[in-house]
Amino acid sequence: MQIYVCIKHVPDSAANIHLLDDTRIDEKVAFLLNPYDEHAVTEAAALKKKAADSEIIAVCIGKPDAEKTIRTAMAMGADRGILVETDEACDSMTTARALHAAIVQDGSADIIFTGKESIDSEGMQTQFRIGALFGFPVVTNAAFLDVTSGKAVVTCELSGGRTRTFELALPCVVGAGRGLNTPAYPTFPDVVKARKKPIKTISLDSLSITPAGGSAKTVALAPLVQKRHPKKITGTPADQAKEIIRILQKEAKVLA
Amino acid sequence: MKKTGILIELENGRVKETSLGMITLAARTEADLHALVLDGVDDTACDILAQYGITTVVDLALASDPEIRLNPAVRADAAAQAAQKLQLDVIFGLSSADGKDFIPRVAALLDAPLVMDCLDVDLEKNIARTSQYSGKVLADIQLTGDVVIFGIRPNAVQPVPSPAQTKKITVPADNTVPADFVLVSWDDGENSSRTSLAEADIIVAGGRGLKNKDNFSLIFDCAEKMNAAVGASRVAVDEGWVSYAYQVGQTGEKVNPQVYITFGISGSIQHFAGMKTARMIIAVNKDDNAAIMANCDYQVQGDVFEILPELIRQL
Ligand SMILES: Cc1cc2nc3c(=O)[nH]c(=O)nc-3n(C[C@H](O)[C@H](O)[C@H](O)COP(=O)(O)OP(=O)(O)OC[C@H]3O[C@@H](n4cnc5c(N)ncnc54)[C@H](O)[C@@H]3O)c2cc1C
Repeated sequence: MQIYVCIKHVPDSAANIHLLDDTRIDEKVAFLLNPYDEHAVTEAAALKKKAADSEIIAVCIGKPDAEKTIRTAMAMGADRGILVETDEACDSMTTARALHAAIVQDGSADIIFTGKESIDSEGMQTQFRIGALFGFPVVTNAAFLDVTSGKAVVTCELSGGRTRTFELALPCVVGAGRGLNTPAYPTFPDVVKARKKPIKTISLDSLSITPAGGSAKTVALAPLVQKRHPKKITGTPADQAKEIIRILQKEAKVLA
Repeated sequence: MKKTGILIELENGRVKETSLGMITLAARTEADLHALVLDGVDDTACDILAQYGITTVVDLALASDPEIRLNPAVRADAAAQAAQKLQLDVIFGLSSADGKDFIPRVAALLDAPLVMDCLDVDLEKNIARTSQYSGKVLADIQLTGDVVIFGIRPNAVQPVPSPAQTKKITVPADNTVPADFVLVSWDDGENSSRTSLAEADIIVAGGRGLKNKDNFSLIFDCAEKMNAAVGASRVAVDEGWVSYAYQVGQTGEKVNPQVYITFGISGSIQHFAGMKTARMIIAVNKDDNAAIMANCDYQVQGDVFEILPELIRQL
C-alpha cells in the first residue's frame, strides 16, 4: 500500500506566542510535529506492519525548517518525505491543493492520513478539502481503524462518548484523533536511521496549482489576554460552598 | 441584501439554543435569513425560528432512516445543494461536535472558504474572529469568495428574539448514500441525555486532585445537581477516570460556558486552551500558587474533598 501522511510543523503547545506585528507571530519558538499528526504517523506505521510491502510518505508544506518535523515523522516510521517549500502562510484551500498536487505528482495513494486539526491555526478542514479534490471519502477524529481487502472500517468520536462507525472504500482520507493510538516516542536508533531517509524538496510554485475561487486571509492577530481579577472565597468549606452557590445563582444567574 | 443560510441543529425535534444564537449573530447585519433544517421541522420549530428573525425556513427533508440521516456525507451534500439552489452568499453552522464533521464537508463540496470556531463574525467585511495557537492568540480572518462559511462556537452569542414573518419551503435532499462511504453503526453513548460539553452553561471539571476514579464520581454528582456538564483535565483522562470525550483543552473539547468550575486542576496552558473563553471561572485548589488561581474570577483555596461534598449537600 502507498500510504501518505500529511503533517504540519507547528509551535510547541507550551510555547509562549509573541506577535511580531498585526499578522505574524514570532517564530523563534520550538516547533514540532503537530500532536494529532503523531497519531496519523503512528497509525500509518501500524498499517505497514500488517502490509509489509507498504511505503509511508510524509508530506509537509512549510518553510525549510519544517524538515525537522519530517525527520520526526521518519523516526516514527515514515520511509520518505516530501517538503513543499514556501515562505507564505497558506490558507487551507491552497494547502489542500498543494498537498493534492504533491501526492498526485509522487504516486498513487491507497490511504491518506492527516491529523484531525492542527494546533496552530486550528482550521479543522484540510482533510475534507483533500478528499474533495481527490474524490475520496473522508472521516475525521478517527479512534479506530481496520483496513482489510480494499476497504477501511473506521470508528470516529463525537463528543459525549458518541461514536459513528463507517465503512469506506479505499482510497480514503483519515483524520486521526487522539483515541486512535498511543504514539511511541522514537528511540535514538530510530532518530539516527531517520537522518538517512530521503526527503524530496519541491517549491510550491513548481506545483503550478490552480488558485481557489475564494480565500481566507488573516487580517489581524492579537494576544488573547486574560483580564481576570481573582476574588478570594474564604471561610470554612461549608461557607465556601454556600458562597459558590450564591455566585452561581445571583451573579452568573445559571442556577435557579 | 445578503442571503444567509443558517444550518439549524435540533435536539429531540426542538431547535437548540445555540442555533438561535447563530441567528442573532447573523441578524446583526441586514440579511435575508434562511434556516436550513435537515432533520424535519414542525410548526413549533417554525414558530421559534420566526421569533428569532428567520424569513424562510428551508426543509431539506432528509430521510428518517438513521443510515441516511446520520451519514455526514449525505447531510453535507444536502446542505451544499441547497446552498447552490438558494444562491446563498453566507452559510452559518455550529462548530459543535456534529458540526465539526459537517460544516467543513459543506465547505469542501462548495470549495468555499471557512473559519471554524468563530467567536464573532462581522458580515459587512466577512471577517471572523477565532482563537488560535491553543487559545493564546485572537485571529481575525477575512474570507473572500462567492459563498463564505462560518462555523460558530456554541454559546458565542446569546440569542435575542427579533420576530419576522416566516414562510416555509422545501428543498429536498438527494438522500443517496455514497457507495464508498457507508455508516454501519452508531452509538449515542450511555449518557446521551447528559448536557453536552460544548453547549453547557455550567461545566464542573476535575483533575489530578481527585486522585482516583471513585473520587471522580463526586464531580458527576455535583454536575448532576447543577444540571451541568462534566469536564476533565488530560491527567484525569490518561489515568482512566473518565473517557477522552470529557477532556477539555487543546487536545480535547473547546468549551465556552457561562461558568467553568475546576476542582483539583492546576490550569496548564493546554487546559486553558480549551476553556479560557468561559465567562466566569471558579477554581477550587489547595495550592494558592497554582496557575489557575491567578487566572480565574473566584479562587477557592481548599481541599476538594471538603468543599465538593459540602457543595453537593447544599445544592
Ligand atoms: C501536546 C499536549 C497537549 C495537551 N492537551 C491537554 C488538554 O487538552 N487538556 C488538558 O487538561 N491537558 C492537556 N495537556 C496536559 C497538560 O500539560 C497538564 O499536564 C494537565 O492539564 C494537568 O492536569 P491537572 O491540572 O489535572 O493536573 P496537575 O497539573 O497535576 O494539577 C493538579 C492540581 O490539583 C491540586 N490538588 C491536588 N490535590 C488537591 C486537593 N485535595 N484539593 C484541592 N486541590 C488539589 C494541585 O494543587 C494541583 O494544582 C497537554 C499536554 C501536551 C504536551
